[in-house]
Amino acid sequence: MLPKFSYVRPDKLAQAVKHLETDKAVIHAGGTDLLGCLRERIMDGDLLVSLGGLKGLAGIKETADGGLSIGALTTITEVSENRLVRDKYPGLAQGAAEVASPQLRNQGTLGGNLCQKPRCWYFRGEFHCLRKGGGLCFAIKGENQFHAIFGHDKICAITHPSDTAPVLVALNASVDVVGPAVNRSIAVEDLHVPPAEDVRAETVLKRGEIITRITIPAPAPNLYSSYRKIRARRSWDFALAGAALAFAMDGDRVSRANVVLSGAAPVPWRSTAMEEVLSGSTLTAETIFRAARAAVAEARPLAGNQYKVEMFRGMLEEELRKVGKGGEV
Amino acid sequence: MSKDDQDNRHCEGYTRRGFIQFIGVGAGVVGASLISQPFNGPVLANEDDQVLPAASMVKVRLKINGNRYEVLAEPRWSLLYVLREIIGQTGTKLGCDRGECGACTVLIDDLPRYACLTLAVEVENREITTVEGLMNGEELGPVQTAFAENDAFQCGYCTPGQVMAVEGLLRKVESPSADEIRSGCSGNLCRCGAYQNIFAAADQAARLKKS
Ligand SMILES: Cc1cc2nc3c(=O)[nH]c(=O)nc-3n(C[C@H](O)[C@H](O)[C@H](O)COP(=O)(O)OP(=O)(O)OC[C@H]3O[C@@H](n4cnc5c(N)ncnc54)[C@H](O)[C@@H]3O)c2cc1C
Ligand code: SF4
Ligand code: FES
Ligand code: FES
Repeated sequence: MLPKFSYVRPDKLAQAVKHLETDKAVIHAGGTDLLGCLRERIMDGDLLVSLGGLKGLAGIKETADGGLSIGALTTITEVSENRLVRDKYPGLAQGAAEVASPQLRNQGTLGGNLCQKPRCWYFRGEFHCLRKGGGLCFAIKGENQFHAIFGHDKICAITHPSDTAPVLVALNASVDVVGPAVNRSIAVEDLHVPPAEDVRAETVLKRGEIITRITIPAPAPNLYSSYRKIRARRSWDFALAGAALAFAMDGDRVSRANVVLSGAAPVPWRSTAMEEVLSGSTLTAETIFRAARAAVAEARPLAGNQYKVEMFRGMLEEELRKVGKGGEV
Repeated sequence: MSKDDQDNRHCEGYTRRGFIQFIGVGAGVVGASLISQPFNGPVLANEDDQVLPAASMVKVRLKINGNRYEVLAEPRWSLLYVLREIIGQTGTKLGCDRGECGACTVLIDDLPRYACLTLAVEVENREITTVEGLMNGEELGPVQTAFAENDAFQCGYCTPGQVMAVEGLLRKVESPSADEIRSGCSGNLCRCGAYQNIFAAADQAARLKKS
C-alpha cells in the first residue's frame, strides 16, 4: 500500500503551480515512476498534484519553423507512433519505443520520462546513500556492474535512466517550463545535473516548476537520427549501453554530428570527443574506428563495469556503419 | 456537536453500510462491507481543483466492463486494489505491485496498462476492461479460448494479465507479426515460462477474432 497523501487535479496551470508551493507537493503525470518512489519511501509526497486535468499539456504540433512541440503529457506510446515524429526524427520514435514495456509506454509521459529518478539498486533499496542525503556512495566501491563509466567523478555513479533524453539532447530540444517566478525555456542538455554540481538533484527544476512542452527545432538538412539500446533482455530493462545519433549529412559527409550516450553517465552523456572526429568527415572504416575509440578514451570504468567500455566501442562502430545505409549494416 | 463530528458520523454510516451504487446493467448489487477499516474522515467528490485530504474518502465513478460503479476510495488506492478488494473482481491479479510483472494488466480506453501503478482517482469515467469483461456471456471470449486451446499456461497466475495484453494488442493490430506479438507480450512475465504457447495463443486469437 502506498503511504497516505492528499490529491488534487487542477484544471488550470496557474493553480497547479500554486498547489506545488505546498510543502512536499509532488507532480503526478503518468505516475509510473512516482508511485514506485513513494511506495519505496525514496521520495516524500504529502500532496499529489495531478497534471491530468491540464488540457494544454497534451498533443503533438508542428511549429512555425518546421520543428515539433510535444506536450509534456504526451504518452511514450504516442511519441513512438506519431507520424510527424517518425518522419522528422526517427531516432526519437526509436528511443520512445525502447522505453520500458507496452503498458508503461501507454501510461508514462514524455515529461515524466525526462524527470524520473535513477535506478541505482542502492538508491532504490534501503541504503541511505549520498544521493538520498547520506554520507557515502555505496556503488563506487560496491556492486557497480550496471553503473556509469563516464562523468561519475567518483561521487555518484548512477546512469541516467531515460531513453528519450539522449535523443532529445542530440536533437537540440528544449523544455518549456512554467513556474511560480518566471517561465523559462531550458535546453534538455542543461536539464540534468551532474553529481559534481549537486548530488541530490536530478534536474535543475525548482519547486513548483512544471515542464509544459518539449520543443524540437526543425530537422537539420538531411538529418540522420537513430537510437540504439543494448539491454540484457527484451522485456523491460534499462540500457547497459545506448547511443543517440543526430547527424546533418551533406552527401556522404557528416557536416555536423551530435552523439549522446545512455547507460553511460549520471546525465545523458554528450561525447564531444566523438563528435569532433566525425564532424566534417566521411564515414570511412578508418574514421569509424577512430571515432568509436575517441568516445571511450575518456571512460573511467569502476571495478565491475570495465566490460561496458568495449560494449560502447563495438556498438558505436555498428551504429556508424548503418549511417547512410537506410539503417542496415 | 461540532460540524466535523456531524460529517464524521454521516460518513461512518455510509461506510459501515458499505457504500456502493451499481447503476449499470443487471440488478446485482455487490454487498457486504466495502471498507474494512473504520473510517472517520470526510467523504468528497473528485472534482477539478478540489484538494482531497489524505484522510478522506473520495467518491470515484468507475466504468468497468460497461458497468458503472461508484465506490469510496482513498486518494492513494490503486485501481488494482479497488478492483480486487473493494469491488470484489479478482480476475485481475496482484503480482509485484510495482509495474514489473504484468499480472495486473487491464485495458484503459483499449490500451493495456498496469492497474497497480494506476490510481483509481486518475481513471474516473474512462473505459476499463478487465479479464471478466472478455467473456461472451457464459462462454470464453476468443483470446481466452485461444489460451485454453494452446495450453498457454502452467500455474495460470500470469494468465489474466497475458490475456489482457494480447487483447490490447489485437484491438490495435488485427494481424500482428511474430515480432509484434513478442513485443505486445513483453510487459508480462511468466514464471512458468509458457512463452512459446502464449505467443501461439496470441496468433490463434487473432484468427479467432476475425472469424
Ligand atoms: C518497470 C519499469 C521499467 C522502466 N523502464 C524504463 C526504460 O527502459 N526506459 C526509460 O526511459 N524509462 C523507464 N521507466 C521509467 C518511467 O516510468 C517511464 O519512462 C515514464 O516515462 C515516466 O513518466 P510518467 O509520466 O509515468 O512519470 P511520473 O511517474 O508521473 O513522474 C516521474 C517524475 O517526474 C516528475 N514529473 C512528471 N511530469 C513532470 C512535468 N511535466 N514537469 C516536471 N516534473 C514532472 C514527477 O514529479 C516525478 O518525480 C521504467 C519504469 C518502470 C516502473
Ligand atoms: S551511485 Fe548514486 S544513487 Fe547509487 S549509491 Fe552511489 S550515490 Fe547513491
Ligand atoms: S502487479 Fe502490477 S505489474 Fe506486477
Ligand atoms: S503460467 Fe505460471 S506464471 Fe505464467
